[in-house]
Amino acid sequence: MDTRRGALAVPKVRRVGFFTSAIEPTQDSSQRPNRSQSGPVEATTSSSPLSDSPSGNLISPVLIPPSRHHSDNLTSRAVAAAAAPVPVPGPAAFRRYLAHDRGLNVGSYNPPDSLLGTSPPSSNGEFSEDSVSLFGFQRSDSAKLSASFPNGGFDLTLAVRAPQEPEPKIATVSASEVTKKIAEVSGKSESVTTKPQKEKEPKSLKDKTTKAERRAIQEAQRAAKAAAKGEGNRRADESGKANPGKAAKKPQPKKERLPATSSVSVKTAVAVEKEKRMDVPQTQMQYDDKSRVEKAKKRAVVEQTESKNKVELFLHLPQYERGNQLPDLSSNIFILDTIHHAVYKVGLQHLAGDISGDNARCIAMLQAFQEAIKDYTTPPMKDLTMDLTTKINGYVSFLIECRPLSMSMGNAIRFLKNQIRKLPVNLSEPEAKASLCSDIGRFIDEKIILADKVIVQHAVTKIRDGEVLLTYGFSCVVEMILLYAHEIGKKFRVVIVDSRPNLEGQKLLRRLVTRGLDCTYTHINAISYIMREATRVFLGASSIFSNGTLYSKVGTACVAMVANAFSVPVIVCCEAYKFHERVLLDSICTNELGDPDAVASIPSFSTKAKHLKTMDNNKNLQFLNLMYDSTPSEYISMIVSDYGMIPPTSIPVIVREYRREHLLL
Amino acid sequence: MWRSSASFILDKHQNNKPISLTHSIDSPPPPSASMADENPNPNPISAYYQTRAAHHGIVTSEWLEQAQAAVRRYPDHDYSVSPVSGRPFSVIEEFNNWRQQPDLAEAVAAIRALAAVIRASEATTMMELEIELKKASDTLKSWDTTSISLTAGCDLFMRYVTRTSALEFEDFNSAKSRVLERAEKFGEISCRARRIIAILSQDFIFDGCTILVHGFSRVVFEILKTSAQNKKVFRVLCSEGRPDKTGVLLAKELAKLDIPVKLLIDSAVAYSMDEVDMVFVGADGVVESGGIINMMGTYQIALVAHSMNKPVYVAAESYKFARLYPLDQKDLEPALRPIDFSVPVPPKVEVERSARDYTPPQYLTLLFTDLGVLTPSVVSDELIQLYL
Repeated sequence: MDTRRGALAVPKVRRVGFFTSAIEPTQDSSQRPNRSQSGPVEATTSSSPLSDSPSGNLISPVLIPPSRHHSDNLTSRAVAAAAAPVPVPGPAAFRRYLAHDRGLNVGSYNPPDSLLGTSPPSSNGEFSEDSVSLFGFQRSDSAKLSASFPNGGFDLTLAVRAPQEPEPKIATVSASEVTKKIAEVSGKSESVTTKPQKEKEPKSLKDKTTKAERRAIQEAQRAAKAAAKGEGNRRADESGKANPGKAAKKPQPKKERLPATSSVSVKTAVAVEKEKRMDVPQTQMQYDDKSRVEKAKKRAVVEQTESKNKVELFLHLPQYERGNQLPDLSSNIFILDTIHHAVYKVGLQHLAGDISGDNARCIAMLQAFQEAIKDYTTPPMKDLTMDLTTKINGYVSFLIECRPLSMSMGNAIRFLKNQIRKLPVNLSEPEAKASLCSDIGRFIDEKIILADKVIVQHAVTKIRDGEVLLTYGFSCVVEMILLYAHEIGKKFRVVIVDSRPNLEGQKLLRRLVTRGLDCTYTHINAISYIMREATRVFLGASSIFSNGTLYSKVGTACVAMVANAFSVPVIVCCEAYKFHERVLLDSICTNELGDPDAVASIPSFSTKAKHLKTMDNNKNLQFLNLMYDSTPSEYISMIVSDYGMIPPTSIPVIVREYRREHLLL
Repeated sequence: MWRSSASFILDKHQNNKPISLTHSIDSPPPPSASMADENPNPNPISAYYQTRAAHHGIVTSEWLEQAQAAVRRYPDHDYSVSPVSGRPFSVIEEFNNWRQQPDLAEAVAAIRALAAVIRASEATTMMELEIELKKASDTLKSWDTTSISLTAGCDLFMRYVTRTSALEFEDFNSAKSRVLERAEKFGEISCRARRIIAILSQDFIFDGCTILVHGFSRVVFEILKTSAQNKKVFRVLCSEGRPDKTGVLLAKELAKLDIPVKLLIDSAVAYSMDEVDMVFVGADGVVESGGIINMMGTYQIALVAHSMNKPVYVAAESYKFARLYPLDQKDLEPALRPIDFSVPVPPKVEVERSARDYTPPQYLTLLFTDLGVLTPSVVSDELIQLYL
């Protein structure tokens, strides 16, 4: 029991990319709200569901192909070996016995699982929203859990059957739970169960469905439930006959004990979780964490439509298609009063892609906040510090809905919040507002605009006459450097490397050519060819992490690596406010997904519409439009920041030394 | 061979004459602003190289005198530039005086010279003093742009002064004496730094090891001397270090201490690398990336050692840390030197005359400094903490 409790208190495991056996905590948390609800309900409708829950299904000899228990037997034997005094009637009965036993001991954990599917249809009214999400989890989780069964064939049928027939599925959930528990108890057979799971995983992940589909499934399930209720009674009788005594008696005390213990544990767990969430610096939301996503959705201002064909490896990222909700949103601008109009405008601009580029986005956001703060009045009976922070939080989450924040924006927001938190208590409201506004203005001036100037001054010293500078995409700092170097009369040539689908390099090209610089324009496909000519590579950055990893426009890593292979020095230009104290190892954990259609549509393709249609309908085809990638520090020769020219190994020093000052600023 | 060749001194002579002449023509109208901008260093052979040569006793005394004579034109300029001080006083002269002391590093000489500026100054506020110092250090730096340790020493001292001026609660005189005190201390620090480095490095020198040494670094010599005094049994391979023959010099010094020494020509480094256990080099400057700038040939030795997985240790005092970040070999101010090929060079043939190269940090294993034994990446950390 204690161990269970411990598991409850464990926070959600961050699941990223491929995940294996760490399902339990998530499942736990996803069911937590339910347990308190379904507890009392279950008490009234006890007899019917319970009997067909964990064991009933398993016991019936029709459903159990003997071969399936191959490894189950192993585990049960292991248990038997561990707990010798328990009489062993036979594998199936043993498991069933264990299931109840476990139910007794473990109490708070499992029974709701078994009851979920059989919550009475009468409560569907206000319960429906919850159960939608519930079935969402239930479905995917069960698929995952069933994958932990060593037998492949059974899984397959289960996965296929799952949407239509809720009851057997749920039974298998708990059944697999049983096996899991056994595995935990024995500790030996874990490798047996986890290995097949890994193999099964992609299959189960693929089962993810859209909201509409889920709703349909739920309807089907409801219908099935209604039908099954009668049947369930019958089956209960059968199982009661098959195993007199145990099935009837054992569940009873368990149920009585259940609600109390569970609610307590739930409360503590929630409290612990909340505390933890307060402690942990806000990280990116994991979008495959369904409960969070659902919660976020309820709060959301922006109606998100999910894209259809998701790429498995990037399920944890926000999957929404941007742009199509724009007209809807822009019509709402005068109706919504929770979001300040300036913030709203910036959000829309982010959404539509009118503002791109990290610095521009960050400045726009800060200026919007500035305006919002100017118009802000503290409501009566409220504290400015607290209320303004929640306001800003609201704005930020709105902006996140529009487009995921860049690292630099996160840093700027953190700065602002710190500023708010540090406001002297005795300051009057107008004074406080004025001080905040000036702080924001100073941040923009010092950390972005002035920093850029300093960077330009530093970087120009590295440009000699007769050099060929290669740059990738569009970075405003790099543009400033090139223009300034040209202004002060350096003779050099520029190679602009660009990539689909954004073709941002064209903007840079246009600006440089009009100023009279000698330019070459090419696409990234030709990088290995053109790198021969280059003597320096100048890159912009979205963020630099404290292990020196550069996080920048997708394709940057490729350019840096090719440059390294040709031993051309790679110079990264990045303002220090973009430095982040986190560590980034790959481009999977943190990234942003762009519009998949942008990858799909090829402008010169003649039968475009038709082509798109065939592409859209193909279920085996997934488009991945990654926005960023990460470049390991060994490919970077130098970072030019407002603190001078530093090697990538010095990022943590800057972060450490100036974090304090950052807060002071 | 090179020492006896008169051609070098002759070159020197010819180069010096016309330049100093033009300067003396220039000097009567005091061009206050333009003088500071243009490099007032009279001779094309870098002063950095002169210092090295002087310290290693390669150059004859009359040569030095000539150099001095060329330099001595400068007091007038300096006087005209800074009329604040009532009497003729030159940082550069002061610096050159200090520079002649064989055991004194260039950076320390620069700091001593700057201290002399403070002593001579009649400034009454810290700000005035700072401006005066800044001017002096700029003159010093522009006098020889090629010397890294000179620049680093000036920067370091300036940094210290500006930090001291933050202590406003003290009155000016005590602040001034503080700064002076600090300047005096620098000389001791530099001497002590060598001791510290020598002691630190003892853990790395084991009995029976073979050490390859390039150039004559006073720190490396100190290390080897200390090891010999500690009765360690080791062998030293000295690369010749053409054209200065610094390696020969070091070999001579080591032989005096009864350390087994073998002399290699510079091109035999790769040949004998497999019997080497570690490489010890000094540094003229340690740059921000953690790489070093050192006598020509260090880079190739480091490359060879790296490819054969031999550790490369650098011994350098912390005042050699410079806020420079060269990206490649050509990214440095070249310090030129005369090279004698002992056969006449055909007239159309170009000669690479650079005296030093840049070794990137990935080829260095550890740096022995008076701050401790550092990996190359820590250099930048130290610099950031010092300068930002």
